[in-house]
Amino acid sequence: MDRPLTKNIGPGKAPTDLTAYVANEGYEAVRATLGKLSCADVLDLVKDSNLRGRGGAGFPTGMKWSFVPMGETEGHKYLVCNADEMEPGTFKDRLILEYDPHQLIEGMILSAYTINADIGYIFIRAEYHVAAKRLKEAIEEARQAGLLGQNILGSGYNFELFVHSSAGRYICGEETALLNSLEGKRATPRAKPPFPQVSGLWGRPTIVNNVETLCNITHIVAHGADWFKGLGIGDDAGTKLFGASGRVRNPGCWELPMGTPIREILEEYAGGMQPGYELKGFLPGGASTDFLVPEHLDLPMDYDAIMKAGSRMGTGTMIILDDRTCPVAMVRNLEMFFARESCGFCTPCREGLPWIFQILDDIEEGRGQPGDLELLTRQGNFIGAIGNTHCAHAPGAIEPLASAMKYFEADFNRHIEEKACPYDH
Amino acid sequence: MAKITVDGQLLDVPDGQNLLEALLALGMDLPYFCWHPKMGSVGACRQCAVVQYANEEDQRGRIVMSCMTPVAEGTIFSLAGEKASGFRESVVENLMLNHPHDCPVCEEGGECHLQDMTVMTGHRDRNYRYLKTTFTNQYLGPFIGHEMNRCITCYRCVRYYQDYAGGHDLAAFASRDRVFFGRSEDGVLENEFAGNLVEVCPTGVFTDKTLSAHYTRKWDLESAPAICVGCSLGCNVTASERYGELRRIHNRYHGDLNGYFLCDRGRFGWQYVNDDKRLTHCGVRTSTGLYQASQPKTVLSGLKESLGAATSVAGIGSPRASLEANYLLRLLVGPDNFYSGESEANAEINRCALQALRSSIRTPSLTEVEAADVVLILGEDTTDHAPRLALSIRQAAGNAGREMALRAGIPHWQDAAVRKLAQNVHSPVFVLTTYADRLDDIGIPTRLHPDAIAEAGFAIAHTLNDEFPNPTNIPGEIDIGAIAAALSSAKNPLVVTGSSPGSPNIVRAAMNVAAALQRQNPAAGLIICPTGPNSLGTSLLTDRTFPNTTGGVAIVVENDLFENFPGESLQQWQSELDQLITLDSLDNGTCSMAHVVMPATTFADGTGTYVNYEGRAQRSFGAFKPGEDTAPSWQWLLQLCHDQGKALEIKHLDDVLTALANEFPELRGVIDAAPGAGFRDHGQKVSRMTHRASGRTAMLADLSVHEPMQPADTETSLTYSMEGTNASAPAALKSYTWAPGWNSNQSINKFQDEIAGHLRGGDPGILLFGDDQVFAVQTPAEGSPTDSPTIIPRWHIFGSEALTGQGEAIVARSPRPYIQMNSHTAGLLNVAAGQALHSENLADVPSLPVIIDEGTPDNCLVCPVLPGTYSYFHNPGNLKPDASWQPAEPPDLITTDRST
Repeated sequence: MDRPLTKNIGPGKAPTDLTAYVANEGYEAVRATLGKLSCADVLDLVKDSNLRGRGGAGFPTGMKWSFVPMGETEGHKYLVCNADEMEPGTFKDRLILEYDPHQLIEGMILSAYTINADIGYIFIRAEYHVAAKRLKEAIEEARQAGLLGQNILGSGYNFELFVHSSAGRYICGEETALLNSLEGKRATPRAKPPFPQVSGLWGRPTIVNNVETLCNITHIVAHGADWFKGLGIGDDAGTKLFGASGRVRNPGCWELPMGTPIREILEEYAGGMQPGYELKGFLPGGASTDFLVPEHLDLPMDYDAIMKAGSRMGTGTMIILDDRTCPVAMVRNLEMFFARESCGFCTPCREGLPWIFQILDDIEEGRGQPGDLELLTRQGNFIGAIGNTHCAHAPGAIEPLASAMKYFEADFNRHIEEKACPYDH
Repeated sequence: MAKITVDGQLLDVPDGQNLLEALLALGMDLPYFCWHPKMGSVGACRQCAVVQYANEEDQRGRIVMSCMTPVAEGTIFSLAGEKASGFRESVVENLMLNHPHDCPVCEEGGECHLQDMTVMTGHRDRNYRYLKTTFTNQYLGPFIGHEMNRCITCYRCVRYYQDYAGGHDLAAFASRDRVFFGRSEDGVLENEFAGNLVEVCPTGVFTDKTLSAHYTRKWDLESAPAICVGCSLGCNVTASERYGELRRIHNRYHGDLNGYFLCDRGRFGWQYVNDDKRLTHCGVRTSTGLYQASQPKTVLSGLKESLGAATSVAGIGSPRASLEANYLLRLLVGPDNFYSGESEANAEINRCALQALRSSIRTPSLTEVEAADVVLILGEDTTDHAPRLALSIRQAAGNAGREMALRAGIPHWQDAAVRKLAQNVHSPVFVLTTYADRLDDIGIPTRLHPDAIAEAGFAIAHTLNDEFPNPTNIPGEIDIGAIAAALSSAKNPLVVTGSSPGSPNIVRAAMNVAAALQRQNPAAGLIICPTGPNSLGTSLLTDRTFPNTTGGVAIVVENDLFENFPGESLQQWQSELDQLITLDSLDNGTCSMAHVVMPATTFADGTGTYVNYEGRAQRSFGAFKPGEDTAPSWQWLLQLCHDQGKALEIKHLDDVLTALANEFPELRGVIDAAPGAGFRDHGQKVSRMTHRASGRTAMLADLSVHEPMQPADTETSLTYSMEGTNASAPAALKSYTWAPGWNSNQSINKFQDEIAGHLRGGDPGILLFGDDQVFAVQTPAEGSPTDSPTIIPRWHIFGSEALTGQGEAIVARSPRPYIQMNSHTAGLLNVAAGQALHSENLADVPSLPVIIDEGTPDNCLVCPVLPGTYSYFHNPGNLKPDASWQPAEPPDLITTDRST
């Protein structure tokens, strides 16, 4: 099985430096492309590969890039890597950032070349200071080797790359809030349109992509679109870093083909539930996705299949809920996080999420009242739909709540009726 | 136009406009908070949500924000449906979670947009059972109070303050439901337009401290449509009274002038009206040198005699007195004995302004200024001298960004998107001034000596068109060609100048630039800012400034001569007079040397007509009946005329205007500046008080249970009561705006022809001048520029204007006298920072502490225009270091003002 993203990464393997990276076909795609393939050629390749964004939304990468104005434009264009991996339960990008930073740099050079961007930023989560350090070292290595900077490898192409550590807000993962933050402004999402491809960083055409997405570009360029499509075993192309956390025997992160069944990930790779625990439900792609339950275990991890089941593949890193953990407490915890991480720009999110948390806190602590679930549903409907709010933060926050109320309704009711949490913890 | 469907109704709306604006313009009610007609849309509050349907088959639709949704042919919306109205109700419910229920003690109560919108959405029951978030409040200075607990986080304040007004010290801090709008630490809000926060905030977070000091609800105020007398722009304000005191100044929307915003001098500079220094009684100087209050009758009969017997009577009017007062003074003393009381320089600038107004050079309104795409400021310190103009120029600087947005397909009302795209791109604003200017941040500043500014102006004009003369010397510090090229390539070039540097030569240079531009581009505009609210009106009546005769009687009307003339020569002049009579509202130097003083009204309690910088005649109405012995100057003067057997046909204010119009055909328009006293709206007069005024009959019940008659207003068509109309009245007579469901000033939506457009029935005022006079090319002043240090007047928004400078809040913001120069010039005068200069000629005038500022051009001694520095401008003599000078103690903090 091809595991292009983690070919340099594994238990016991040291982080790759330039020498180690180059030794394993590193920067060959850059050498083969810069000055040899046109921007349009690479873009076609990416479009053909059916690569979809790995940050959570699953938007086709080639299409996203195609909105960037090409040809003679005055001023800069930017490529921004979203390495602000703050989704609870998600730790996939960290692997690459810490253990194979050159893979990201190579992917960014190729991506920037495709959209003719001359400046790149890696916007990295505040807590990822080890990764930031290794990235900066790797960038310096690449610059020394003529892989970054002016006239890269004599191709005439210029690309400067910088690392920017976030000040630490979840909302910075939203691409336009990220851009505002990068500009030194409040991390408030922007209204769209205009999209960043037209007016992004400092008002210039900008592409923001996730770490994993950008890393895939190297392999697509190196091995072709058909090879990439062949990696997936379902409808989607390529491999994906999947993960699992919670009370499984072997929590972790694995590179597997797109379309790998959930059961396989949980039972073969995560080793199944710990003894004495049953699977009650799981969030398939991070905290802001809807719960799925054991009946969904045989679904393939494909964007559309998970969507049809009422959830989202998101980041592909699952959070497992077992039968001895209170789902109300779990959702309360999540909503506390989301309420705290609201940027405070639009009313439904700013005011609505804290209220939802307060009601959940009451229910969990035995202070719930009749009518609270109706109130939660009403508030959930109010802030949970895309378009009701300024960005996707609040709708994402409502996904685990609304689905928990659907699948675990009895748990909610028992809390209110018994005026206490029925779980022993 | 586009046809759209709203709740099944077909509507015609302007294509590309946002839906909220389109619906409000059609008179429909849709609640909103973060959108502002002048600040566009950002989509923060989510209050204006409607449902949009993809097509006729779509039954579900989706929630969209009407402020963020462009209308286009065939779009289908629902406003009234349950999905939309339920969502809007939820928005208010959520906004209210943490909003205190303190309406009964909140100063916004009764004119609160949040109250109005809450009622409009129908939200009623509270389902929230948790504690509300609370915040600390900050001390923001003497103008504005802060009560953060009331905040609904609509972001209007920071968008206004930072993006619209260019302020830097108010920001949004923190995030989630802890967003805090304030300063990084307690302190005075620095921006000169901060006061608009009071009206921009949809609830009671930012409040007017000058009103708080003697608070009255909107519905209990007696108000009148007044004209701000703080400068020459003529912004429309509402002056409001209760119990014989002026309580506040509020913006009064004018589509061509101030729009939604005032400067802080206009808004907070009114406290002198209630000041202890107000003259309330006629006074006659006795042999002891003291004044004795006297009955008006006695004084008038004395004056009848002395004027009748006088060999000569000189009348000195003023740029701040109304046209009516100046004209009656002129009638009383005769045209040859009437003087404007302006300095020679100002009089010359007024003549220039009149010439420009009568020519084909366009004088843009403040709203038109916002459309300029290249601005050249020659010498004028707009922010400090004619402040509201600076706010308009700041908007003009944004046109380059809006142009970029247009090319990128972003509508101009997408405020955040336009600003993100444009970043720091500004339309060129060339700021040629002698000292740092508040527009420097968006402009291209050059600091020059006033003589060099004039030369630069003449050189620019010459570069544009060589029929205009080149000056003998061209300053090397500035790229004349680049400025000329930018102006040439502009669609709407604008030249701005004024009297703040006191240099007619600069104004002439600006006229040439505008005239040269105008030959290339008829859209070219010129603004000349005189100093007083009626400078142009007064200068229409006379060319003379000050009598050069001695002896006889002199009457001075609303003019402190010490502002414009040297003190020593005034003393000399006075000593040779038989009698000096002064009419004024506040005590001042001229009153102190007068033999007879008569108390005049202010703009707040008297009515009169003023001509602003664009030649617009506007009527200012008094909000309340003046004190018993106080009268408008025109009434005193009319009585004096009658006593001398003059102007007997004139009985009322309207007669004054008729006589004036007959004598000066150019001023015919003044009659129509506002409807006269005979005007009736649906058979009724127009009310000064709201229909909700409460307790009028009880106001004086502590004195007598008998309800007094409401005073009658025989001079205007307004009543001193709530009787009369309001909503249907002409804009020039409307003292407040109100519409059903709209109790805040945002009700103005209901009275505009389009959102942020003109008032229905026309904006108040009449433009007096035609454009048929041929422009005469101006020639540069003779003489080489001075190469020795000269004193340059430096205007300050707070303190330089004499009347507003008397108010407590303004005093707290006024600078102390100083003199600023670069170290080269300081070296010439042998002074350094920490020392002071004094004049050998001015023994009694305090010395000026020296400030070293290397940005000041050589030989410029920048000195603030303040009552304590007047003499330095008129008669500086030799300036020498003052060896005995000691720095003054730092001023006391206004501790009583500090919220703890």
